Amino acid sequence: MIINFAAFVVIAVVIVLLPRFMGEFRLSQFTFVALYFIALLGLNILTGYNGQISLGHGAFMGIGAYASALLILGRPGLEQYQLDPPSWLPLGDGMTPAFTIPLAGLVTGIIGLVVGVPALRLAGVSLALATFALAVSLPTIAKRFDQVTGGGGGLSLLLPETPFGWDISTRHWLYYEAWVTAGVMFLFAWLMVRGRLGRAWRSIRDGEVAAASSGVNPALYKTLAFGVSSFYAGVAGALLVIEVAFVNPDTFPVGLSILLLASTVIGGLGSLSGVLFGALVIEFLPVYSENPPLIDAEFSTQAPSVVFGALLIVIVFLLPGGFAGLLRQVGRWINRGVVRATTKRTAPAPTSDS
Amino acid sequence: MPLLELRDVKARYGPITALHGVSLTVDEGEVVALLGANGAGKTTTLRAVCGMVKTAGQIMFAGRSITGRSPESVARLGIAHVPEGRGLFTELTVWENIRMGAVVRGGQKALRANTERILSYFPWMGERRDQQAGTLSGGEQQMLALVRALVSNPKVLLLDEPSLGLAPTVTRELFSIVRRLNEEEGLTVLVVEQNAMIALDSASRAYVLEVGRVAVAGESDELKRHEGVRKSYLGY
Amino acid sequence: MADFLQQVVSGLASGAIFASLALALVLIYRSTDVVNFAQGEMATFATYVAWSLMDHGMSYWPAFVLTLVLAFLGGATIERTLIRPVEHRPEIAIVIVTIGLLIALNGLTGWIWGAEVKAFDSPFPNETWDVGGVAISQQDIGVLVVCLLTVTALWAFFRFTTLGLVMRAVANEPTSSRLVGVRVGWMLALGWGLAAVLGAVAGMMAAPTLFLDPTMMLIVLIYAFAAAVLGGIDSPVGAVVGGLMLGVLINLLGAYVDFVGSELRLPTALFVLLVVLMIRPQGLFGHVAVRRV
Repeated sequence: MIINFAAFVVIAVVIVLLPRFMGEFRLSQFTFVALYFIALLGLNILTGYNGQISLGHGAFMGIGAYASALLILGRPGLEQYQLDPPSWLPLGDGMTPAFTIPLAGLVTGIIGLVVGVPALRLAGVSLALATFALAVSLPTIAKRFDQVTGGGGGLSLLLPETPFGWDISTRHWLYYEAWVTAGVMFLFAWLMVRGRLGRAWRSIRDGEVAAASSGVNPALYKTLAFGVSSFYAGVAGALLVIEVAFVNPDTFPVGLSILLLASTVIGGLGSLSGVLFGALVIEFLPVYSENPPLIDAEFSTQAPSVVFGALLIVIVFLLPGGFAGLLRQVGRWINRGVVRATTKRTAPAPTSDS
Repeated sequence: MPLLELRDVKARYGPITALHGVSLTVDEGEVVALLGANGAGKTTTLRAVCGMVKTAGQIMFAGRSITGRSPESVARLGIAHVPEGRGLFTELTVWENIRMGAVVRGGQKALRANTERILSYFPWMGERRDQQAGTLSGGEQQMLALVRALVSNPKVLLLDEPSLGLAPTVTRELFSIVRRLNEEEGLTVLVVEQNAMIALDSASRAYVLEVGRVAVAGESDELKRHEGVRKSYLGY
Repeated sequence: MADFLQQVVSGLASGAIFASLALALVLIYRSTDVVNFAQGEMATFATYVAWSLMDHGMSYWPAFVLTLVLAFLGGATIERTLIRPVEHRPEIAIVIVTIGLLIALNGLTGWIWGAEVKAFDSPFPNETWDVGGVAISQQDIGVLVVCLLTVTALWAFFRFTTLGLVMRAVANEPTSSRLVGVRVGWMLALGWGLAAVLGAVAGMMAAPTLFLDPTMMLIVLIYAFAAAVLGGIDSPVGAVVGGLMLGVLINLLGAYVDFVGSELRLPTALFVLLVVLMIRPQGLFGHVAVRRV
């Protein structure tokens, strides 16, 4: 526990100080790490803690992104695009991006709840298939309903201004905005997971029938898991559209959903500590697979995929707990080493025998 | 030399030890019964022979060790196992089930040579060749499972709880067929049974398992008179 | 009316491709209880191999046959090396492995052959037959015939050969198969090999129309999933019927229903998938799995 807390503090300090050491591009990359972190937190809750496989979280991110973009632009902004969305949509006159984050999350969360209800009837692979179907459909549906989404051209936003007149660049502001959100979301996740919700979710994952007979209502908690995890994905999507200032149907291809699930596994299912590693993997693995830092070679743009795929398979074979599992294993070794070292000193002195 | 011999065999399912050191022998041409209450380890013993469960100790078949061999290689050596619940291919027809019995050991030749002979013990089966095995009655399924095991010309037949779920008359018919096969063809049988009475009537020797160990062993007649056996398993 | 018939025929042709891939999925599901998310990529890889063979001078049908052989070996190898070690692990582990395979194969295909779209020859002439005033595409008929022949050959294999019987037995009861001496592992590898062959046929039939690129079969895979679920994930007959039905349905809807148009074809198929999963999960011909508590 102490180690966990210490690690959390160290990581938090690193995150706060990081911008001093890097340029704007790098900073943007780490902003992406923050929002992937949030999305993966949500997915881990659904798939890791609750055992429901989702291959559709890219779609939820997309919904959050579009929701945020629409709220930021408001009806006046959309009119500039000559878009004429239906009048029943509650679009205001444009909103500060930061406020759209929780709202986008809420919208996505509600949609997630709605999806969670029919999902109750599906399990395992069927659910994976259904969510996969969702992920594949979203780009097409976004293109189709172009009066709302801007179709293939998508929606462009202006980069937000740093609030309160603070003297930092926009990129800096966005970096902190993302990481503060990430920190808050992490705290929520931590509280949920170690409390009653987490216990209920895990008991359902480990044996739904047994859980039900212990008084846990599977339908309620499973639907809730869907809602919560899509809320997280929605928040991540909102942060993404704010960072990139643009969203169109190609921003959320089915590959993203697959990547999200893959990174959750690589980080470690059912563990919050691995999620950060998973987020780092999503952002940096593609870059480093193409141009490995120490090797003077340039692999094809396809190398990341091969590495990702191979990594997934290796993890299942050797490291089922993912990166978090590896950390736990290392922790155990260290623990054992410490115990061994300290026990030797207290071993009884050999008695002289007659 | 016994045909099948178990020496101090221990077996476990994960962390739970089911057999704590079972020793028994089956000579060629014998019918031996393995008795005991639920959970005593009878089925586990047969599974150990077939390599379906983690085993320690020695299992010898015709003098050679088969401990830890895979089920398919044990089957190829000539040990035919009719498992609890019969293990029929429910989606295949009666005839296809029979074919599967000989598909590895002996193949087409064994099938043709043996089928007529074996089916003579089960006259009704020939007419039902094309019926789906899953639609047969419990007793018919048990007979089919037996035929499938016999068609490969096995050296030893392992029968697991053949009476399970069967009416008493059907059970008697089944065991009389087993006795005939033993008398007329010298078939060696190790039969696990909860129905101690009918097992002792059909077998020459028996072992009684309790909590993973052999508690009592001996000739069937002896065991029928043994007070402990009588009270616990024969009901009188 | 003529237009309608044309749409039906062309729907049957694309449906036959869905059916082949769906049958591959069902074959693997029945024998190993795994839904192979990588089936499409395996088919794409095989199609690229065929392309390479023809690029090096081989003519179509020899390349076709050689590709099928190589696909068979590839499928069997994948089962032995990647699936075998994890077959007793929980469902999500196996799903992840097949997804990992999907990602890796997708990358590998692009790495070896590049991501640019390539043209793939069709063995069938690009002409039409005039049947009573209706122009029927020879390409469509050719695809339909090849796919149905492959499916029929497979059916005959399962129905009439001993090896086919053994594979059916293994799909039904793997443990009992062991008890009669069957080396179940090899039968499973055989199943994956045959499924890979089906996938390769689907890929090579789809390539002339869809054009060859690393993601070619990803969409077809989704249609195949929808078809397999519609027909019943454990029913081979269902896969074929489901595929043909879905092909015709999608084509007709796309042609005659404005709302669907050409963009919403895929979501429509997925909608069908979802509806079936919700209302009748066992599909048209499948069996209900009884959950014993």
